[in-house]
Amino acid sequence: MTHPAITLSDVSKVYSNGTVALQHLSLTIGEGQFISLVGPSGCGKSTVLRMIAGLGKMNSGQIEWNGGHSQRQLAFVFQEAALMPWATVQDNVRLPLKLAGVSYSASRAAVAEALELVDLNGFEQCYPRELSGGMKMRVSIARALVTKPEILLMDEPFGALDEMTRSRLNSDLLNLWSQKQWTVVFVTHNIYEAVYLSNRVIVMAARPGRVVADVAIAAPYPRTEEFRLSPLYGEYCREISSALAQAANGQDGAIATSNQRAAEYA
Amino acid sequence: MLRYLTALILELQNLLMGDRFHLSASSDRTNGLVRMTAKPVGKAAGLPQLRQFLSPDLLAPVGVGLLVLAFWEVAVRVSGIQPYLLPGPLLVLQTLVSEWGTLFPSLIITFQITLAAFVVAVISGLLVSVLFTQSKWIERSFFPYAVILQTTPVVAIAPLIIIWVRQVVPGDNSTFVALVICAWIVALFPIIANTTLGLNSADHNLLNLFQLYKASRWQTLLHLRLPSAMPYFLGGLRISGGLALIGAVVAEFVAGTGGTKSGIAYQILISSYNLQIPRMFAALLMTTGLGVIIFVALTLLSDFLLGKWHESAVQREN
Repeated sequence: MTHPAITLSDVSKVYSNGTVALQHLSLTIGEGQFISLVGPSGCGKSTVLRMIAGLGKMNSGQIEWNGGHSQRQLAFVFQEAALMPWATVQDNVRLPLKLAGVSYSASRAAVAEALELVDLNGFEQCYPRELSGGMKMRVSIARALVTKPEILLMDEPFGALDEMTRSRLNSDLLNLWSQKQWTVVFVTHNIYEAVYLSNRVIVMAARPGRVVADVAIAAPYPRTEEFRLSPLYGEYCREISSALAQAANGQDGAIATSNQRAAEYA
Repeated sequence: MLRYLTALILELQNLLMGDRFHLSASSDRTNGLVRMTAKPVGKAAGLPQLRQFLSPDLLAPVGVGLLVLAFWEVAVRVSGIQPYLLPGPLLVLQTLVSEWGTLFPSLIITFQITLAAFVVAVISGLLVSVLFTQSKWIERSFFPYAVILQTTPVVAIAPLIIIWVRQVVPGDNSTFVALVICAWIVALFPIIANTTLGLNSADHNLLNLFQLYKASRWQTLLHLRLPSAMPYFLGGLRISGGLALIGAVVAEFVAGTGGTKSGIAYQILISSYNLQIPRMFAALLMTTGLGVIIFVALTLLSDFLLGKWHESAVQREN
C-alpha cells in the first residue's frame, strides 16, 4: 500500500435543506493514486471533493493531510470549464498565479508550460467563445496545472463532452498523470471511464451518501485502447455496475473481496 | 450603422412599453459545440460597404421616413392648415436653421445638465451597487429606498429640490445644481438595479475557484464580479443616458428658468406660449436628436468594450 496523502475520517455533511450528502464517510487517498468516485447523482461524490478542497464546512469528522501535503497543493477542475469569457486563454490560465500575486513576467513560463501540457500552443490569444467544448476543458485543466499542483480534484470534468473528445482527453490525462505522479481524485458517473482511468474505484450510494465498494483496478499502465476491449476491463465494469445495482437495492457489500485484491496489487 | 439603428428602435420600443429595466445582455453559452467565428474580411473594401449602405435593411426604414415626411408636407399644404397648429417639415427645418443661434446654446446648457447628472449617476450607482453586493444585509436594508427614490415622480419633487438647493448654493449656479440633482434621481436607479444584478450573477464555479485560491474580497470584486457585471452595467448606461436627458428636460420645465442660462426645455415652453409652433418643433427635434446621439454613443461604447467576448456584441455568421 502506498503512503496516505489525504485521510477522511468519519466525515458527515448535511445540507441546510436536510439532505444527508455524506454519512460517516472514511476514505484514505494514497499518494500517487488515481481514484475515481462513482455513483448515482445525489450520492455525495462531488461533496467529497468540495470537502477536501475546503469549499463548505463539514458537520462532523475530519480531513487529515499526510506526508507533507496541504490544501495549497491541490487544484480543482469543475464539471464546466468555468472560464472567464472576457479573458483570453492565456489570461484564464494565468488566473491562479495572478491571485497569488505572481507578476505577469514571472508567470509567463508557467503559463506557456501548462498550455503545452494540454496541447494548446498557438491559442493563447483566443477567447473562450472561439473554442470548442473539448478545448475549453483543456484550458480549464491547464489553469489547474499552472500552479504545479500535487493533488488534482476533478468533478466530472468530461461529462458534458461527446464520446470521441472524452476518450481522447481520458488518454491525454492518463499520459500526464504517469509523467507527473499526481494524486488524482476523479468524480464521474461513467463506470467505463472510471475503470479505464483509475487504479482504484470507490463506489458510492445515495440517501445517505456513503461508500459501498472499494475496487482496485489491477491493470498495468500505460493503458491503451486495447485495454478497453480486454476481458479484464469488462470484468471490472461488471463488478462495479453490480455493486451499484446492489447498493440501489439496499445491500452494501463487495468491500471485503476488493480489499483483498487491492492488497495483492499493492 | 444599421445595427445601431435597429438597436435604437428596439430600445425606443422598450421605453414606450415602459420596460425600463430590460437587459440587453444575452445568455452566454459556456458548453457545447464548436463556435469558431469567421473574422470579417477587411472593411477597407469599398464596394461591399456601398452595398451594405444600399441594403434593403437600411433603405426600407429611411424610405418609410421620407414617405411620411412627404405625406406630411403635402397634407399641410393641401389642407391649408395654419403653421401655428401644425407646421410642415420644411418649415420646421427652415426654422431650425434660422433659430439655430438661439436654440443651440440652450441645447448645450441642457446637454451640460444631462452630462453632469449622468456622470454623477454612473459613479454613485456603481459605488452603491458594489456596496450592496458586499453584504446581503446592506442590500436588504437600502434597496427599498433606492426603489422609492425611483418611483417618486421627479416633477413633484423638483420645486422642493430647487428651493432647498437655493438655500445651500447661492447665486447663478443654484438652478444648474438643482436641475442636475433632478436628472440624477431619474438616471440613478437603472444603473443600481442592473449593476447589482450583474455583480451578483458571477459564475458560481468561478466564485468557488477564487475561494479555492484564497482570493481576497477585493481581488474577487476586481477580477470576477466587476467584469461579470460589465454587460449589465452597460445595459444600465444606455437606459440611464436617455433618462438623464428626460430628467433634465422635465426639471427645466418645472424650474422655468429664463435668462442666458436657459435650457432647451425653456425654449420649448416659451415657443408654445408665443404660439411659435415651428420653433417649438425645431427645439423638439434638437432634443430628440441629442437623445439619439447619447444612445448611439453609449451603444458604440458598449460594443467596443464587449466586442471581443460577449454574445450581445459578437457578430455571428449563423
